[in-house]
Amino acid sequence: MSTLASSSARLEDAAPSWRLRFAAMGLDGVTLLLLPAALFLVALFIYPFLYGFVLSFEPKQGGMFANYARFFSDPFFANTIATTMKIAVPVTILNLALAIPIAFRVRLLRRQRLLTTFLVLPITLGTVLVAEGMLFYFGPQGWFNRSLIALGLISHPVRLVHNYWGVLISLVITGFPFTFLLTLSYITGIDPSLEQAAATLGAKPAARFRHIFWPLLLPGLAITFCLSFVQAYSVFPSAVLVGEPAAATRVISIAAYQSAFEDYDYSMASAIAMIMAATQLVVVLIVFAGRALVYRGPVSSGKG
Amino acid sequence: MNRATSARSTRASRAGNGARTFNELRLESVRRDFGTVNALRDLTLTIQRGQFVALLGPSGCGKSTALNCIAGLLPVTGGSIWLDDKRIDTKRAEERGFGMVFQNYALFPHMTVAKNIGFGLRMRSVPSAEIERRVGEALRLVRLIEHAEKLPGQLSGGQQQRVAIARAIVIEPPLVLMDEPLSNLDAKLRLEMRQEIRRIHAGLGSTTIYVTHDQEEALSLADRIVVLRDGMIRQVGTPAELYGAPSHLDVADFMGYRNRIAGKIVRDSQGRAYVEIDGAVIEGSLRSEPKGDHVIAAIRPDDLVPTRDVKQGIEAAIEAIEYRGREFHGLARTPAGAELHFSSSVALAIGAPVRLAADPKQVLIFDAEDA
Repeated sequence: MSTLASSSARLEDAAPSWRLRFAAMGLDGVTLLLLPAALFLVALFIYPFLYGFVLSFEPKQGGMFANYARFFSDPFFANTIATTMKIAVPVTILNLALAIPIAFRVRLLRRQRLLTTFLVLPITLGTVLVAEGMLFYFGPQGWFNRSLIALGLISHPVRLVHNYWGVLISLVITGFPFTFLLTLSYITGIDPSLEQAAATLGAKPAARFRHIFWPLLLPGLAITFCLSFVQAYSVFPSAVLVGEPAAATRVISIAAYQSAFEDYDYSMASAIAMIMAATQLVVVLIVFAGRALVYRGPVSSGKG
Repeated sequence: MNRATSARSTRASRAGNGARTFNELRLESVRRDFGTVNALRDLTLTIQRGQFVALLGPSGCGKSTALNCIAGLLPVTGGSIWLDDKRIDTKRAEERGFGMVFQNYALFPHMTVAKNIGFGLRMRSVPSAEIERRVGEALRLVRLIEHAEKLPGQLSGGQQQRVAIARAIVIEPPLVLMDEPLSNLDAKLRLEMRQEIRRIHAGLGSTTIYVTHDQEEALSLADRIVVLRDGMIRQVGTPAELYGAPSHLDVADFMGYRNRIAGKIVRDSQGRAYVEIDGAVIEGSLRSEPKGDHVIAAIRPDDLVPTRDVKQGIEAAIEAIEYRGREFHGLARTPAGAELHFSSSVALAIGAPVRLAADPKQVLIFDAEDA
């Protein structure tokens, strides 16, 4: 007993080894597990990004900022920002508006997993398959138009592909599952006893949503909005396949693609990519600034 | 005291303008199933205005289910709930207007303490000047006036608990429901909050239904205790009735009759009942007429003490003894292997033989089939 005590005392007296000192700073063998991911990030994101950033300042002709000047002075380029926003913002809002009520209902279901699987299925299809399907289904001779005509609701087929609406529908189909899953996880994270407490205090369902769920959900919805928006903003395949890539759906990624692979101007393409990143960042920053103004603490009651 | 009487008088003055009150709450054959599980079967109970009623039972006995059914958070599967002559089980929780205190407090984390407490009043469209006054009154009652503008996350467990109570009572509900409100607190705070709850109940003159699995809490707080078991009522009575005369073995178990010794019933010519245990005989009072001759004697550890009288008591060997402050608490084993918990005023050696006896008035005899 006494020898044990004295030996441990001696251990404490000795200076800790370099291994222990690094471990105290959070660096130990387990840290090495981060290495593959870090290499991956550097090789496939940071390096190409920096490369493109530098490349964008080395235009084919003109000074350092010639590419940027050209982008903003030529409406053919500059207008792609507005075009992309006009698609991405409504799509994101629409996806959220659809996801919130559905997630609200699904959270109460006992067979939640079955319905969730069903709702998430489109994520596995990929944009191209969805676009193919849409061309048939929403085309002038598709089931959608034929059904509406047969029901007497319309006399001529409505155009829902090869225009703005085609891209919008396609992005809702492919973007909804992601938005929904994220929203569902935020909603189910809210302690259900809060709603019960509100009910016993006399709050009707609408008031419970407005005073309890909505404020607690808002920070999560802001993040969901940003992630969904970024996805929609970088739309490319559906803008080409079910859109009108020469006019109404000439999104910013098409402009970048054309510069790179039709004009072979990689410098210009890089500049467009940088502008794309910057405009996304502006939207994300605006949303996060708004998020900073609302309550962001825990969504369950203090203890329990 | 001053505070309590002023709270009572404001309540009385407001009773005229809409504060609903009632004479009795009746549960008639209330049933609640979860799939194939019967959480509550045939619960019939009447609660008078002003009472403090504890629903007591082990986990899974249906006590929380009963409370949620009364609150309107769970629909009943069968039966009905009445407030005097108004049927309320068909109404939604927000229409019943009962105050509820949740086990995890369920405070709105994004609202300040004052906003939390005022929530029910805002839902009732009470003018804001009156909300402010009543919230202030409630904050004083639970002694949290200086924490009004804090968020719940900044408060300690006991403070959060008091906010939850204030939020439930500020709407002046005819009935306050509490679901194990003290189970998340440490032992010292639990004692303090027990007194606080009792004080608030007395001050407001409200009716309270209190769910707990802690018999000490039920005994100290309630006017009436309802012991539940497997979704049914086992016994209803005052704390003294339940403590002194439990009707069933499991109620006795809850009330501290830790020794349950199986034996055979023997009677003498005067009709007195004895239990024969390992050749020894102890006298007791019969709680129910046994069907066969197998019975169980229930004795509290405090009532089972060593005796020098060789004609009395049960012979056993001491296995463990521990000091409990004023006395010793011991565990002994009979030759047949039964464990006996007893108390002793002197320390006894482990392994020593001992004869343990109890006052016949403190020995309860139950039918063995009752267990």
